[in-house]
Amino acid sequence: MDAQELKAAKKKNKIRESKTDYVYYAICGFILFLLAVIVIYPLYYIVIASISDADAVMTGEVWLYPVKVTFSGYVNLFKSDDVWRGYFNTLAYTALGTVFNVALTIPAGWALSRDYLPCRKLIMALLIITMFFGGGLVPYVIVCRALGLYQNPLILIIGGGVSVYNVFMCKSFFQSNVPQEVLEAAAIDGAGEIRTFFDLILPIAKSIISVMVLFYAVGHWNNYIDAYIFSIDKNFYPLQTVINELLQATGGGEGEVVLEQMRLATQIKFTSIIIATVPILVIYPMIEKHFGQGVLVGSFK
Amino acid sequence: MANVEAAAAAQSAVDEDLVEQAYEALDGGTPAAPGKHEQTKWQKWKDNFKRKGWILIFILPALIYVIIFCYVPMYGILVAFQDYMPGDQIIGSNTVWVGWNNFNTFFSNPNFWDYFVNTFLLCILGFIVGFPLPIIVALLLNSVRPKKVKKGLQILYYAPHFISLVVLVGMMKFLFGSEGLLDNLSKTLGGGGIDLFLKAEAFRPLFIFSGNWQDFGWSAIIYLAALSGVDPALHEAAKVDGASRFRRIFSVDLPAILPTIVMLMILSVGNLMSCGYEKVLLMQTNGNLETSEILSTYVYNFGLIGGQYGVGTAAGLFNSVINVVLLIIANFTSKKLSGNSMW
Repeated sequence: MDAQELKAAKKKNKIRESKTDYVYYAICGFILFLLAVIVIYPLYYIVIASISDADAVMTGEVWLYPVKVTFSGYVNLFKSDDVWRGYFNTLAYTALGTVFNVALTIPAGWALSRDYLPCRKLIMALLIITMFFGGGLVPYVIVCRALGLYQNPLILIIGGGVSVYNVFMCKSFFQSNVPQEVLEAAAIDGAGEIRTFFDLILPIAKSIISVMVLFYAVGHWNNYIDAYIFSIDKNFYPLQTVINELLQATGGGEGEVVLEQMRLATQIKFTSIIIATVPILVIYPMIEKHFGQGVLVGSFK
Repeated sequence: MANVEAAAAAQSAVDEDLVEQAYEALDGGTPAAPGKHEQTKWQKWKDNFKRKGWILIFILPALIYVIIFCYVPMYGILVAFQDYMPGDQIIGSNTVWVGWNNFNTFFSNPNFWDYFVNTFLLCILGFIVGFPLPIIVALLLNSVRPKKVKKGLQILYYAPHFISLVVLVGMMKFLFGSEGLLDNLSKTLGGGGIDLFLKAEAFRPLFIFSGNWQDFGWSAIIYLAALSGVDPALHEAAKVDGASRFRRIFSVDLPAILPTIVMLMILSVGNLMSCGYEKVLLMQTNGNLETSEILSTYVYNFGLIGGQYGVGTAAGLFNSVINVVLLIIANFTSKKLSGNSMW
């Protein structure tokens, strides 16, 4: 078939799409566009409010574009020691915690993906049960307390260490992405289980590792409640807890002072939301390409 | 590796038996037993364990973690039958067993039914709105033809999933709370102030719609992945038969993702009575307490913060048991109706 024929065939195909199809595409496009607006607007509003004059925000002038642009909210926020400390704490918890999570999850997924794993069925059952039944919040806290993790920032690193759901995602990744020949070659070379894993499996697991890093890191970054549950000292609060305190705070004082404080508080609230979110939203598109088939499909079986 | 020589020997050997022997040697095992082909199941298991048992080392850390942080707390459920003070041992010399007293305290709470109904309504309404939405979005996105538009929309739709709950609820307060956008606009236009966070009847819609705003794109991924596996020939064939694009959603796309839908439905029904308390706690105000106090926030507020560990554990157990029962019912029903099931 030469190029012209192909073109003609394509054209013919197009004609075949009936009028109802165009109506369908139009409606579909409209709905998707509307959803996009609904997703973007709240985010956009926070950004413009954070760089607008606080009075303009409080009178409702700001809703489509920033009014009297000012960055004083950001300046004031970064003067706050609590915020810097929270940032530092969260970075530490996220980095250490994610390494801990991934070091437990990836090997577990690999082991479960091998059908020669001794007691495989029993181990699977033990893991699956925890997805649907658990001791509940209070016994969990009691156990952590017995382990000396109460009022101990270590819990913010090792809490939620293994997500069984993620282990199964790794398992299905390894089941469908490790070529049998590679393993046979390794066996003939006399590589043992441990060397096979570190030399052969880890290098081909890059995409699942980065997805796991993202999932776990987001979990650590966004965690606010563990600091309350385990009565962590204020100096060790993670960023989200610090921001929650900021958002809940109501100003004190009298007269003009109150008003000034309210202005300040309003702006700091908007800016704190942004600085707590930007790092995650920057990292996520880099890892996004690894989502999709292979990684997420089949994680339910 | 201790037996490097054995490994080297194996390298040159193509004979399968030699390789087997090399395995044995590697793991320091005994030479292959005679009559290997008439091994019993147990012997086979032992043989496998000797040759490849090292793989256990990879699952062990995770398994130990799960046992400590998931199974030991299950043993901690015993606290539901005790008068437990924070810091006590679960079974020790000073344990006070109180039978079903904690459950009685919980069930005879005058607000018990409110908590129960609140939990049920919040979760079931969330499910009714939140379950079909990602499916619809996935079907619509799947029919977008320019690849770049489709990809761009997807990335945009997932983004809110990564926003933290603190930030999400903070944003909602800026939009719908006191001194929020809605409040300010209404005051400027001469109306009274509007603070949806103080209205009990606004709590559920706010909770459900914000949850969907955050997760509809993320939940659609799994369906999109399933849809991308649909053979294009099916679409072509349906086209030849004169099916419109809209018609093809029902005759081609939906059947393709049905197993995924069923699987996810069983999973969600199993979690129908467990909406996370983290977000509810952030949204709770004195004004909306009558709709926003659910079982899991009661466990947190009364059990944990209030120090009533025994009653808190009992309430949590009650909630988990309902979930397990729901899961079993969902799985059984699905097995009967569609043949799809989890076990």
